[in-house]
Amino acid sequence: MTQAPAPSAAAAVPRSVRLVYFAWVRERVGLADEQVELPAGVNTVLDLVRWLKTRDEGYAAAFADETLVRAAIDQSHVKPGAHLDGAREIAFFPPMTGG
Amino acid sequence: MTPTIRIQREDFDLAAEIAALSAGRRDIGAVVSFTGLCRDEGGTLAALELEHYPGMAEAEIARVAETAAARWPLMGLLAIHRYGLVAPGEQIVLVIATSAHRRAAFEAADFMMDYLKTRAPFWKREHLADGTTGGWVEAKQEDDDAAARWS
Repeated sequence: MTQAPAPSAAAAVPRSVRLVYFAWVRERVGLADEQVELPAGVNTVLDLVRWLKTRDEGYAAAFADETLVRAAIDQSHVKPGAHLDGAREIAFFPPMTGG
Repeated sequence: MTPTIRIQREDFDLAAEIAALSAGRRDIGAVVSFTGLCRDEGGTLAALELEHYPGMAEAEIARVAETAAARWPLMGLLAIHRYGLVAPGEQIVLVIATSAHRRAAFEAADFMMDYLKTRAPFWKREHLADGTTGGWVEAKQEDDDAAARWS
């Protein structure tokens, strides 16, 4: 069986993104930031969370409650269904407690 | 009117900030300010440690300020939020709104604080009076409810 052509050249290029973590998400993951290649099939914030949870127990602990951890793409708040297209920096953090 | 947003480790001076917002102007009729202080929680707290997301903290507060500026006829708007270690009795956050009449300034300052608490990327961790590091402060439902009343 021959492989269907990729829908676009961009989709085939590995997507390298910077992940940043804050507060107890940072502590559980054990990193403040890292550069990762997004695997095929990871298209939304929720996809990314579910992939990260499989990496080790630290990530699993940080993202145990998928609905609790908040996310931002390129320093703007996003919802779990947000697409990662063109994202350079994706941040994960607990609900905010400033003010 | 361009809002002023500052994220800083240093303390701030309310009187100096009001003076700067009103210098040389004769059209301002109302100045409303809110200052948030660090409580000692009945003597149990030695300090709050404020972590923030550099870049996004400024950007998000600026977005909230632009929303306020579009909603109320303001003459000036300022927000300062500190990060790092803050001791009980010290200042954490300042919002000042100025307008021709009081209602706009009152409401804009109230709105700014409600949105800043739920949207600005800051997280507080407690350092306890007994020398131990306490937990991260949990977000409160009442803060989400307070922000929701503006929509």
